[in-house]
Amino acid sequence: MLKDITLGQFLPGDSPVHRLDPRAKILLLIAVIVFIFITGNYISLALVGVFIIAVILFTKISLKMYLKSMKMILFIVLFTGLINLFYGKGEPLVQLGIFTITEAGINNAIFVTVRIALLILASSVLTFTTSPTDLTDAVERLLKPLTVFHIKVHEVAMMMTIALRFVPTLLEETDKIMSAQKARGADMDSGNLIKRVKALIPVLIPLFLSAFRRASDLAIAMECRCYQGGSGRTRMKTLHYGKIDAYGAAICLVLLTGVILCNIFLPATVR
Amino acid sequence: MEDFIKVENVSFQYVSDVEDEPTVPVNVLKNISMEIKRGEFVALLGHNGCGKSTMAKLLNAMLLPQQGKVTIDGLDTSDEEKCYDIRKTVGLVLQNPDNQLVASIVEEDVAFGPENLGVDPKEIRIRVDEALKAVDMYEYRTHAPFKLSGGQKQRVAIAGIIAMQPKCLVLDEPTAMLDPKGRDEVIATIKKLNKENGITIVLITHYMDEAVQADRVIVMNDGAVLVQGEPHEVFSQVELLKRHRLDVPQATELMYRLRGRGFFSGVEQAQLPLDSDECVAVIDRIFKQKQAEE
Repeated sequence: MLKDITLGQFLPGDSPVHRLDPRAKILLLIAVIVFIFITGNYISLALVGVFIIAVILFTKISLKMYLKSMKMILFIVLFTGLINLFYGKGEPLVQLGIFTITEAGINNAIFVTVRIALLILASSVLTFTTSPTDLTDAVERLLKPLTVFHIKVHEVAMMMTIALRFVPTLLEETDKIMSAQKARGADMDSGNLIKRVKALIPVLIPLFLSAFRRASDLAIAMECRCYQGGSGRTRMKTLHYGKIDAYGAAICLVLLTGVILCNIFLPATVR
Repeated sequence: MEDFIKVENVSFQYVSDVEDEPTVPVNVLKNISMEIKRGEFVALLGHNGCGKSTMAKLLNAMLLPQQGKVTIDGLDTSDEEKCYDIRKTVGLVLQNPDNQLVASIVEEDVAFGPENLGVDPKEIRIRVDEALKAVDMYEYRTHAPFKLSGGQKQRVAIAGIIAMQPKCLVLDEPTAMLDPKGRDEVIATIKKLNKENGITIVLITHYMDEAVQADRVIVMNDGAVLVQGEPHEVFSQVELLKRHRLDVPQATELMYRLRGRGFFSGVEQAQLPLDSDECVAVIDRIFKQKQAEE
């Protein structure tokens, strides 16, 4: 069950997208998300869509993986689309009791659906092509300026690293505890929702206990390895922006120009 | 050889801080003293709760002695400013390999120690590669720790300490959670580090077959040193160890019992074998003697 989660999963590879600096990838993702939301008509939306699909093909990761990540949020996407369908002013095209569908409503629905879908696809590109450690590293470095406001950026990044490190360990532990409880006759797969939630308590309590014990052990181990917080710490892997990142930025700039031109010279379909 | 670690008249007690419980202080260490020489391989034995783990934490300033003094390479552990110098000199490896690894990639975990010390990135790279080669885990450097076996994880944990270039390694029951294969791997690694890199080793263990491989054995009982010396000296005192419900190696036990029944009376108590190879040699020798006599 827990193994099916594709969001945040890293798929190693050697595509140009994989080789981008993780910081550049995060910044470019933010840029593309902004593009998705400033599109005002179908042409510019299609432009961004084609760009994202091109990037997806570039990653050389099977489309199945992307579809899987879409599947998880499909319901939310369709539901938002449906709500938007009835939300639009103007001449009613169809009247269904109290619901009216207008042309603006149809446009809104299509835009919202496509925008959310593109958003998920673009984010999947980032998580699929970047290792979690690279990601936390990049976040730490990008947020470094915030230390001016006394935000403990290093500590947050360290917590992310440790959390990621212990996800598989704790999953394994959960499996073990569940097997142990089942061996003692615990019934976890039947009964109504309340019964099932109650059946989880004997799993959660030992899991929490063991997590605390692990945390205490880890703290000792980290102290033994002279951990003193972020100051005075160096990193083995230093990140460098390279030529490939410049190309990435240039391509995004071209896309931005395209979107803006479309917005200016073509009539807007949605506001 | 000079004394590298000096423990002088150290006492330590824990006070239970659980509410609703009488706060009876538990004396874990009672006026204990020991010396460990540079480059030595020492095994520390004893029951659960005899103070071994407390001793391990005293050796790298994780705990400070309440009475007495611990000196590491001339540095007093109670000097707070020197705390990180001491931890850099004496690396501590713990029992559970899963709980010691910080990063989700092997080489990044090994780099954690030197990164904390503020070593130059290029130098860290060199140290990480050397450390991983020393524990024979170099080809696994880009793997995720959770996919490794217990013995491999423990060797990565050792590499993480080695990368800080310590002079001494204290291992607190590093093989307790491992299968026999993982145990052999870890012990072989420890011995190699001791012989080839000249790192002083303090191995805390429950396994007698690990202890017999050390240069010197220190047996602790109830917060004090019961007996210490070379493995042969210590394990020949079978009666003393038995009286304190401590084990002796199986080979020693076998020969001791056979002697008790009147067999092999030609074997001196100080020559009791420590492992199966020695045991075979002794039996072989006795039989050959007998044959020659007949």
